Amino acid sequence: MAGPLIEVEHVAKVYRMGEVDVHALRDVTLSIREGESVAVMGPSGSGKSTLMNILGCLDRPSAGTYRLLGEEVSRMDRNALARVRNRTLGFVFQNFNLLARTSALENVELPLLYAGVSGRERHRRSREALERVGLGDRMHHHPNQMSGGQQQRVAIARALVTRPRLMVADEPTGNLDSRTSVEIMALFQELGRSGITLLLVTHERDIARYASRVVVMRDGHIQSDLRQTPQAADPAAAAAEVGLP
Amino acid sequence: MNPVQVVRVAVRALLRNKMRSFLTTLGVIIGVSAVIAMVAIGEGAKARVADAFASMGSNLLIVLSGSTTAGGARGGFGSMPTLTWEDLKAIRTEASAVRYATPQLRTNAPVLSEDQNWATSVNGVSPEFFSIRDWPVTLGSAIHPSDVEAGAKVVVLGQTVVEKLFGNSADPVGHTVRIKKIPFLVVGMLARKGQSAMGQDFDDAVYMPYTTFQSKIQGGLQKFIAGSIMVSTATGDELVRAERQIRNLLRDRHHIPIGGEDDFSIRNLTEMASAQQEGVNTLTALLASIAAVSLLVGGIGIMNIMLVSVTERTREIGIRMAVGARPRDVLAQFLVEALTLSFFGGVAGVLLGVFAANQLAARFGWPLLIRPDIIVIAVLFSGVVGVAFGLYPAQKAARLDPIDALRFE
Repeated sequence: MAGPLIEVEHVAKVYRMGEVDVHALRDVTLSIREGESVAVMGPSGSGKSTLMNILGCLDRPSAGTYRLLGEEVSRMDRNALARVRNRTLGFVFQNFNLLARTSALENVELPLLYAGVSGRERHRRSREALERVGLGDRMHHHPNQMSGGQQQRVAIARALVTRPRLMVADEPTGNLDSRTSVEIMALFQELGRSGITLLLVTHERDIARYASRVVVMRDGHIQSDLRQTPQAADPAAAAAEVGLP
Repeated sequence: MNPVQVVRVAVRALLRNKMRSFLTTLGVIIGVSAVIAMVAIGEGAKARVADAFASMGSNLLIVLSGSTTAGGARGGFGSMPTLTWEDLKAIRTEASAVRYATPQLRTNAPVLSEDQNWATSVNGVSPEFFSIRDWPVTLGSAIHPSDVEAGAKVVVLGQTVVEKLFGNSADPVGHTVRIKKIPFLVVGMLARKGQSAMGQDFDDAVYMPYTTFQSKIQGGLQKFIAGSIMVSTATGDELVRAERQIRNLLRDRHHIPIGGEDDFSIRNLTEMASAQQEGVNTLTALLASIAAVSLLVGGIGIMNIMLVSVTERTREIGIRMAVGARPRDVLAQFLVEALTLSFFGGVAGVLLGVFAANQLAARFGWPLLIRPDIIVIAVLFSGVVGVAFGLYPAQKAARLDPIDALRFE
């Protein structure tokens, strides 16, 4: 394999809030290989969200370099970043961030629309993505007609549909009950097996166990970075654990 | 995104807030329809003025003789005959810009048919008169040059006179009318001419050869023309030249020294017409600009709603950016929404404006004149309004930071 998927060197991020400079990130160096599933943990204010925004190309670092697939992202302009987000990345958010009053299918089509994929192809790929997350029968439902877990599946399908190399998930199970959380993690693991690299921000240890690597942040630094054998997400077992049917 | 998708997304977004979109559009609808209706009203008024002047004859000069001065009281133009028949001949032959020239001798006299009478304007003219006035006969024939030579006792009647003497839609040709106890054979009836700009009825007149007028109505032949000379040119451009030629010719013939006052006057009806047109044009421009202001207000309405919409949909913008919308995609989306509002406002405004103009035209008896160029301009202008007032909100949306936008509650 060529170089790592993500290469972050001495990245710092400073926000200016009024008169004070807030150092959200101080000198972070991190390298993620293709196929890894990395859980980023840490208390609020540790800089994990800032790191995720930078890795997700939503934000640019104040200092240091960030290479994604060997490409220097930290110097790109807004249009180029939008392209990277569109082609290389998929996002999953804690609050799903689906377009309201828009069907699941259309939500999933959205990134393809900006990628300039033609109508028929867009449709086909979006259906495929929805089927892959197990929502083949809910394509025309609107977000408000779906459960949280289903909405998150739509969001995952939307992240998947552009066939990204990296999926960035910000607290993807934060708004879900534990059983649904495990289901979602099982889905992530399945995607991981197909070669998608997963970057997961979470504050739940239970969720982090499903990752192959756990990075813990504190005060803008990486406190620890440990590889582990991921636990297989098994909804049935998880349910048994908490005494549910 | 291709343009079709951009428009589809825009229309869908607008349809989510139907009432709001409609009210926003209403500003543009009112603006555009007001512009169209106002311009149509102006055009209608202009056409009326133009019609009135055209019915007097186009490319027309009237040469009037000078004024008498009796004990310090000056009688005004036409009060002293200074124009001679020789002058008329000279104008016909020597003024190259002149196409037709006719004397017009007039008086008011009662005209009697067998059982009716009607006091009207009695005129002595040459056959050229009808060419100058562009006034054909609808029944019978016009005055013929041979009638002039012979001093024939023939008349052609205006339609009002025909109605008064012979009744509506009667054929007077072949009948005899009496003027000053002299019988005249009616040889023709003129087409309906309508009213002058001042409300004078052109059709309330009878015409006879000027030679007949001289001998039978005025009594006796004279050296001077006891009336005016009417002159026309082939095109409007030649009027000024004709006027200069006639002035030089007459000054020369009347031996007026350089610096001396003319003993005649030349009136250019086209100039009077264009002065009137100017007035109407100014009025039209005034009305249209007031209407345009309302279009501007409509545009501000669009800007206002688009700003609200951008704020409301900040999160949506964030989502779109996160999945790969470039700033210019977002810009295009909001710009097209604004444009869609203003464009539909423009189209609906055109329909409403045409309808309103129609109603007004029917109400005031104006000709309905909708200028296609104004429709195009109004729609384009409403589009410009959409872009101009949509640009700022759209830029505001495009400049949003995706993280801030996603966090926006």
